[in-house]
Amino acid sequence: MALLTYREALRTALDEEILRDENVVVIGEEVAQYNGAYKVTEGLWAAHGDKRLVDTPISEAGFVGMGIGASMLGLRPVIELMFWSFAYVAFDQIVNNAGCVRYMSGGLLNVPIVIRGPANGGTNVGATHSHTPENLLANMPGLKVVAPATAYDAKGLLKTSIRDNDPVMFMENTLLYGEKWEVPDTEYLIPLGQADVKRVGRDISLIAHGRAVLTCLKAAELLAAEHDIDAEVVDLRSIRPLDEETVITSVRKTHRAVVVEEGKPFCGIGAQLVSTIQEKAFDDLDAPIGRVASLDAPAIYSPPLEKRQLPDPQRVIEKVLHLS
Amino acid sequence: MHTVLQSPGESRSTINEQLTKADKIRLLRDMYRIRRFEQTSLKYYNLGRMGGFLHLYSGQEAVAVGTISLLGENDHVITAYRDHGHALAVGMSMNECMAELFGKATGCSKGKGGSMHFFAPDKRYWGGHGIVGGQTPLGAGIAYALKYKNIPGCCLCYLGDGAINQGAFHESLNLAALFQLPVIYIIENNGYSMGTSQKRSSAYKSSLAERAEAYNMAWDVFIGEDLYEVRNRTNIAIDRARKTQQPTLLEIQTYRYYGHSVADANAKKYRTSEEIDDYKNNHDPLQIFSKALLQEEVLTQADIQEIDKAAKEEANAAVAFAEESPLPEESDILNDVYWEVDNQTEAAKHGYYFFNN
Repeated sequence: MALLTYREALRTALDEEILRDENVVVIGEEVAQYNGAYKVTEGLWAAHGDKRLVDTPISEAGFVGMGIGASMLGLRPVIELMFWSFAYVAFDQIVNNAGCVRYMSGGLLNVPIVIRGPANGGTNVGATHSHTPENLLANMPGLKVVAPATAYDAKGLLKTSIRDNDPVMFMENTLLYGEKWEVPDTEYLIPLGQADVKRVGRDISLIAHGRAVLTCLKAAELLAAEHDIDAEVVDLRSIRPLDEETVITSVRKTHRAVVVEEGKPFCGIGAQLVSTIQEKAFDDLDAPIGRVASLDAPAIYSPPLEKRQLPDPQRVIEKVLHLS
Repeated sequence: MHTVLQSPGESRSTINEQLTKADKIRLLRDMYRIRRFEQTSLKYYNLGRMGGFLHLYSGQEAVAVGTISLLGENDHVITAYRDHGHALAVGMSMNECMAELFGKATGCSKGKGGSMHFFAPDKRYWGGHGIVGGQTPLGAGIAYALKYKNIPGCCLCYLGDGAINQGAFHESLNLAALFQLPVIYIIENNGYSMGTSQKRSSAYKSSLAERAEAYNMAWDVFIGEDLYEVRNRTNIAIDRARKTQQPTLLEIQTYRYYGHSVADANAKKYRTSEEIDDYKNNHDPLQIFSKALLQEEVLTQADIQEIDKAAKEEANAAVAFAEESPLPEESDILNDVYWEVDNQTEAAKHGYYFFNN
């Protein structure tokens, strides 16, 4: 086991998949000669050259669509978006082309593409650069959505996503790029659609994805230390496909749930989870299901206030105490 | 009129001379098949037998048939929503196309795509795309994959004159020129982006294709009523793409006889009946090519009538096929969404993909 940053784990996944499959090509702004805007691809251009690491102009609709077209002929493009926020200028390509051409062709073709990059707030860059579109894209049948919370998950899920034969929207987090976790030296894959219980507990289920999982883990520590509440933390890891079974199993055990996300609440991932839990585990619930999300406004710039806008351990704890 | 970069090939003068008598008859037959297929589909659309839109290609047949007739086994096609002509020209059957219009399970897309979304990857035909200009980055991507794999082919990517003002198209031109992709963008300029004429929708100097100058891309503009001319001029671009992997922007001036779609209630309000009649009487690609073949004594008037009759019969048979075909099952609604699910792979064994309760 080596201690790797989330960024290094992603890079290792890309490196290994480039070596494994000649059809894997990394395309995006500043991914090659600049070594990546967030240094995820650092060193890969030097190692693999122009064919496998391709710098593009600032032209998301163009190069995302180009990647989709190339994938229809069997390439496996990994498209880096400097921010997932920039996907909005490529929305037609992602939704109508990546998401719908398989269906509209009656299954005659498929789109083995990965679109990846950071999708998070909390970096004081204002609303345009702080979008968290996992709920938007998970709403589109045909697309898959993945959001790893740790370096271990980031590597295993990215490798799986690259090998997947459907379009995978892979959402990272700039605040996690420098965080370290233990990552095996040997190859491993993590299936899409398999949640992970990051902390076992018996009193309440905290269900989250991405960085909100870490928020929940901190909240769980404090709940145990200060309130004698033993929280279980379920990391969805992938939003679509969604591991409902792990969620329901956890809620049946704890009889309480709070769903936590860094996205906005309206039509959020949490809304989907609440619907699922009440339908499949209604009789097991001892309290209403709680939700914690970003405060429902565009991302604010002011650094101290943006911290308050995003879910933090304190807000999770307050919600848990309210339900207990 | 203007080709900025000269063709590296010599085929401009010889490409039509290579056609055999049988080839020429096939080309004429293909144009008749498109015309009669669409007129037949219009009849049944008006009878309420199909839903949605129906964007007819009538009047533009020499463009699809002429350009696609130049393609070989490494060449690919992608187009917009006015896609029936290209579909038949690449060799899709009238049956599968008509059945798709009727929403039947035997349709080329199993009734899931409809008029605007015909696909045939086995014929290197990648759709059939409904959003104006949305297919143009895909065309660049197909060419990108060819170049990446060292396949000496090209991609013909068609769009209408209304699509040239979409941002995605300009991004595609930039990428195609920057990365030197073997894609040929073909603007089928029928003069109207829906009900808005070219002059009311596009800013330009001498032509729409001239915009390629800004991207240092080769371009050409010509009239598309004569199939021989379409082949001549397009082949220069295809040659360039195959041999030097350079893109080209072509503008082929043409005309559609019907409205933007059958639902275009104003089809005869934004243009005059005289204008439509002039094209039908003096610029019809079927008539012009028929005349050429009569002059060359490739066939007789009786032969042409036979071709026409056969095309009508084939279209009527396609209607019968479509009518007799089953609808998709309700359970089919949830198929063809994810490859991994359809193929019941290991990857699809985890988690829920659909949320129908």
